[in-house]
Amino acid sequence: MKQVVVISGKGGTGKTVITASFAAIARSKVMVDCDVDAADLHLLLDPATRQNGMFKSGKTAEINPEKCVKCGLCRGICRFRAVTADFKVDPISCEGCAFCSFICPEKAIEMKENVTGEWFVSDTRFGPMVHARLGIAEENSGKLVSLVKGKAKEIAEKDGHEWVIVDGSPGIGCPVIASLSGANAAIVVTEPTLSGLHDAKRVVAMARHFNVPVMFIINKYDLNERMADDIRAYCCGEKIDVIARIGFDEDVVKAMVEGKTIIEYAENVTTRAIREAWEAVTSIGAG
Amino acid sequence: MIISVASGKGGTGKTTVSTALALSLPGPVQLLDCDAEEPNAHIFIKPDIKRTEDVFIYVPRIDEDICTLCGRCAEVCAYNAIAVLPGSGRTAGRALVFRELCHGCGSCRYFCPENAIKEEKRKVGVVEVGYRGELEFVHGRMNIGEAMSPPVIRAVKHKLNKGRTVIVDAPPGTTCPVITAIHGSDACVLVTEPTPFGLHDLRLTVEVIKKMDIPFGVVINRHGLGDERTEEYCAQEGIPVLMKIPFSKEIAAEYSRGISIVEAFPEYRDEFAGLVKKLEEEMSR
Ligand code: SF4
Ligand code: SF4
Repeated sequence: MKQVVVISGKGGTGKTVITASFAAIARSKVMVDCDVDAADLHLLLDPATRQNGMFKSGKTAEINPEKCVKCGLCRGICRFRAVTADFKVDPISCEGCAFCSFICPEKAIEMKENVTGEWFVSDTRFGPMVHARLGIAEENSGKLVSLVKGKAKEIAEKDGHEWVIVDGSPGIGCPVIASLSGANAAIVVTEPTLSGLHDAKRVVAMARHFNVPVMFIINKYDLNERMADDIRAYCCGEKIDVIARIGFDEDVVKAMVEGKTIIEYAENVTTRAIREAWEAVTSIGAG
Repeated sequence: MIISVASGKGGTGKTTVSTALALSLPGPVQLLDCDAEEPNAHIFIKPDIKRTEDVFIYVPRIDEDICTLCGRCAEVCAYNAIAVLPGSGRTAGRALVFRELCHGCGSCRYFCPENAIKEEKRKVGVVEVGYRGELEFVHGRMNIGEAMSPPVIRAVKHKLNKGRTVIVDAPPGTTCPVITAIHGSDACVLVTEPTPFGLHDLRLTVEVIKKMDIPFGVVINRHGLGDERTEEYCAQEGIPVLMKIPFSKEIAAEYSRGISIVEAFPEYRDEFAGLVKKLEEEMSR
């Protein structure tokens, strides 16, 4: 079983479209959506839930006004300035460290556990998929990502699937670190924009930091061919393979509106490029 | 007035809108780029960076000579950032600090009965302040491999200048960092695109903003691409559509070169300035 993770410096580069296409092409695989902040893969794969569960993490302080004597100790020690002047806890600022609850002489502060999300194991027309939904305004998506990936790995091992295909989290923060861990390859999907290149470099640094080999897909390269060439030159200098250059294709949006992957929707230059990219992924994975 | 610009997801045009606003509004304006993971606004603003400040959190350092391995610090740490390992016959015990997990709350130091814990600064990122004419620009950049952006976002927001019209470019998503960025805004602009992905993310973000009780409106980017469902949703929910930016390869190409839409196409300037008036109407309701 091998894991390939599709990532991007930023959202909106076509990461999910590529992941879903790989899912449509690959023969034996489990899909994972690690973009738990704003999961989208299910919009293309139409999953039917088989199993689900709650995800809890972190706590938030709550002051019981009946016990609180307004001594001010908690307000004084809280470095996140979460205790307001009228002795309420601002849940947005509270980091759940519990310092206040330990220090309160009246034992008026309780730490309440947050239900931060829900995970699902589902069936799709391409096989099993594991995904999650992080509750509004919650943090700790890194832990949820790890949980979701762990479940996918379990299923892949149990049912003997060849690949785990991961729609990674955008950005370079905690969730991406969790997305990357244990991956055999990372596919960076980038657009030919100044910010695209800028973000992609950070992602490469991140993947290297975790020793995961990197490949590039340049999406919508025809929006700015000079920039696309710059990205290619950058990859060349860094000895990174560019496994596909994909042009802007309205069919991709049309397929999306119908809830399909581009692979199912059309047979054109875009789908050929994605098929070749998948071949490149599998050949490296064979090593 | 503090206006934050958010979107459920990256790539919808949030930076296009926040930088265009900053460049179109009259009077002294401040732009805070709070996307500490991937700050991009500077590419379009091209500010002259005048000051760079490090962002620190305080993490514990345990003096092994004093530590009695009582384990109190590990007990109080809510983030498992400290592990106290008792010694076995041959190996000496140790108290280990995992600095990347530490939120810098200071609890461990306070509760250590032996006073064995000191705190030291750990750099998690930087904040840069720059100018472009009258426009004041601030962004934060967190160190690569760093897990937590809120400390950097908070440091950016500490630079908030109430004497100016403030535009806050929020990070993407609907979780902690976005909330930290949007917190305290007078109004919010949600940027979306008219695709099923865009609509899905918009719904999530609307939930967040409603919870925070901030007046808001929507800007539809790449209008003409995709379908009508986003507009139908806004109409149904009574959400004002403040502006539609048409889908155009020319706009995308200018964007890819790091040129703001209002510089490439000045006719949009008035529309962006007008967007704020519409928001003000929303606020007075
Ligand atoms: S400062 Fe807080 S988070 Fe950091 S190690 Fe101490 S108790 Fe844990
Ligand atoms: S509380 Fe103080 S003495 Fe006890 S293990 Fe922690 S650092 Fe050592």
